[in-house]
Amino acid sequence: MLIDRKSRFLTREEMIGFAILAVVIFLVLPLALDTFRLNLFGKYLTYAFVAVGLVLCWGAGGILSLGQGVFFGLGGYGMAMFLKLEASTPEATAIQSTPGIPDFMDWNQLTALPWWWEPFHSLAFTMIAVVIVPVAVAFIIGVAMFRRRVGGVYFAIITQALAAILTILIIGQQGFTGGLNGITDLRTLKGWDIRSDEAKEILYFVNGALLFACLFVAQYVRRSKLGRLLIAMRDQEDRVRFSGYDVASFKVFVFCLGAAFAGIGGAMFTLQVGFMSPTLVGIVPSIEMVIFAAVGGRLSIIGAVYGTLLVNWAKTTFSESFPELWLFGLGALFIAVVMAFPNGLAGLWSEQIMPRLRKRTGGGNGAPASPAPVAGLSEVRKAAAE
Amino acid sequence: MTDFTKPRQPAGPSRRAVLAGGAALTASLFTPKGLRAQDFPTAAVNTTGLAVTDDTVTVGILHSVTGTMAISETGSVQAEKLAIEQINAQGGVLGRKIQFIQEDGASDWPTFAEKARKLLVNDKVASVMGCWTSASRKAVLPVFEQYNGMLYYPTQYEGLEQSPNVIYTGQEATQQIIAGLDWVSRDKGAETFYLIGSDYIWPRTSHKIARKHIENFLGKKVVGEEYYPLGHTQFNSVINKIKLKKPDVIYAIIVGGSNVAFFKQLKAAGIEMTEEKPIVLSISTSEDEILGVGGENANGMFFSAKYFQTLDNPINQKFVSDFKAMWGPESVVGEVTHNAYIGPWLWKLAVEKAGSFDIDKVRAASPGLELDTPAGMVRIHENHHLWSTTRVGRARDDGQFDVVFETADLVEPDPFPDGYQ
Repeated sequence: MLIDRKSRFLTREEMIGFAILAVVIFLVLPLALDTFRLNLFGKYLTYAFVAVGLVLCWGAGGILSLGQGVFFGLGGYGMAMFLKLEASTPEATAIQSTPGIPDFMDWNQLTALPWWWEPFHSLAFTMIAVVIVPVAVAFIIGVAMFRRRVGGVYFAIITQALAAILTILIIGQQGFTGGLNGITDLRTLKGWDIRSDEAKEILYFVNGALLFACLFVAQYVRRSKLGRLLIAMRDQEDRVRFSGYDVASFKVFVFCLGAAFAGIGGAMFTLQVGFMSPTLVGIVPSIEMVIFAAVGGRLSIIGAVYGTLLVNWAKTTFSESFPELWLFGLGALFIAVVMAFPNGLAGLWSEQIMPRLRKRTGGGNGAPASPAPVAGLSEVRKAAAE
Repeated sequence: MTDFTKPRQPAGPSRRAVLAGGAALTASLFTPKGLRAQDFPTAAVNTTGLAVTDDTVTVGILHSVTGTMAISETGSVQAEKLAIEQINAQGGVLGRKIQFIQEDGASDWPTFAEKARKLLVNDKVASVMGCWTSASRKAVLPVFEQYNGMLYYPTQYEGLEQSPNVIYTGQEATQQIIAGLDWVSRDKGAETFYLIGSDYIWPRTSHKIARKHIENFLGKKVVGEEYYPLGHTQFNSVINKIKLKKPDVIYAIIVGGSNVAFFKQLKAAGIEMTEEKPIVLSISTSEDEILGVGGENANGMFFSAKYFQTLDNPINQKFVSDFKAMWGPESVVGEVTHNAYIGPWLWKLAVEKAGSFDIDKVRAASPGLELDTPAGMVRIHENHHLWSTTRVGRARDDGQFDVVFETADLVEPDPFPDGYQ
């Protein structure tokens, strides 16, 4: 019975969860919001890519990364480089000492485009790089760390250091990267003005579709044997190792997958916001992304999306209403969530709301009360022991 | 109330002739106090759907009041609120009281862009007073150009920019730098310069201009140029190099909290700024920064800028006392705070000259406007920067400055300087 349920891609409740999320993202938000607010939610949803990756790495795999901003940033910078090159035509930059190169290079006395910028003239290359570069970086770190059995808090600290290093590198090499200002004033994608209202709406839907693609991949991984192994590793790593599994490879894989999601999110961020800056790469945004996942429920991929939306919406709303006090409000929200609902929104749903709903609709229809989408620890252990 | 809006009488034919370009604005164009809103029907003064009603007009204030930049930007917010209150006490703009919507940029550039879009698209504000760092300005610039907003930007900055949607109320780099270098080289006989700065676009571009001016125009020597990350606190190695090279001038563009470490370590290393040499000349350490550094540590350094709190003129005295009355007797007023203060006044002048809140008309009315400010007269140039006076002050141990030099004429803003690229 248990095995049978596990082998299905979606349980009935998960199906409902996905359907509700799809209705929210593709119907409710676009109908309820004007373009400006919709674009804001589009921006929030780009962080959801990272949060979903974190659910896999952290919630399922037990790998807490405090440096996901690195991968978000690499994806975002890749896209920004392409857009900046397109915006820096010789005609548009005629005022510069060296026309045809991005404006910040000219301000920093560069007279030629660095060689590693050249491939970003190609959109195809950029789209591949947006995924491959974060994955490659994650692979190198993953192999270096997990093969040496670095884990837990040490791994978290190293990823945090990585976020700091990349920020310092970007700021220090401002001739090549735009420095603290970032890469700004991005205008068109293959001649298509990404700043118009119409473009913003289209990008929102593209973003939503990509997010769902990532959600399905994440769901597939969780349902697969790999997903069960990850949970087993999180709870009893040694037992899995002694069973003959190559623990490090699984960890590297899931870490790379999280990086790929983050890279896609970063690229979509750049397209929707119109610029990329090192403030999205560093330690603070990386930790914020962990908070999104935690508020949503670190065990639930759908919860992560809701968590991201809730926190960012609260951030925007609080800061618009109380520009000088909003950080306190946000802090109170985090504390409340962690104290009252340690499993986040998803925990609230599965532990409080679902049981009541079930009671009200009358559990007597004979359907077995299937376990909540957020697997309780005991159930996970059982699965791991299989 | 202060009447900055009263255009000043020409200083004299010779000076006006020198400053000619676009200075044709005279008292007749100034609309005096007591404009009545009913003389300017809303439908006529607002044809583009801005947030203007029969008795109010809404503007935006967009600075960081949280995060690392809050310490710097709070003064700007306070100054802008003071200016708005004073303008309202005079009867407002075209008879309409100014209301403001304040948004927090949170020291985060994407947030600045988000809030700028909110102010322009959702709130339809008639103008925005805001931003501080270059990074935040660069982040909001495309937003202002796309939605045709008007930003009054208060910080002295690196230049290399000229947007139809921004009025730059701070000095661009050449205005602030060149007069100060000329003065130190002429009056103090300085021959060698050591450039040191925080590592981002403003100090780097400013030092580029300073180096070109020192080497190509003054024929003097730069003996070192170094940059440190924002927030850096270990300056001992560079101080040792300075002691070795013995430059006449340490030209410092250190930003924010690093100033505290730099000046304390300079003093600890035995470099006494109160003595003849070396001279520490800064373009980034105003009264606001000295508040953190401590007057005793900054005592004797030179600061080259447009505004000093000690400037001895009635407008400034009134401004400083009003500022203290509103925000507490301990508050100090630095360069950027002053620049933020004149933003709403310049906007009011432009709107009343245009007889309209429409951005395009305000933009067209802006060049040539003159305003008597606490820092003396300024005039808006065709390039949206201000003609202004550059001064050099020497820090006292109470954290204030004695002004030791002042340019005779207004300095022309030149954001794209020839020969300095």
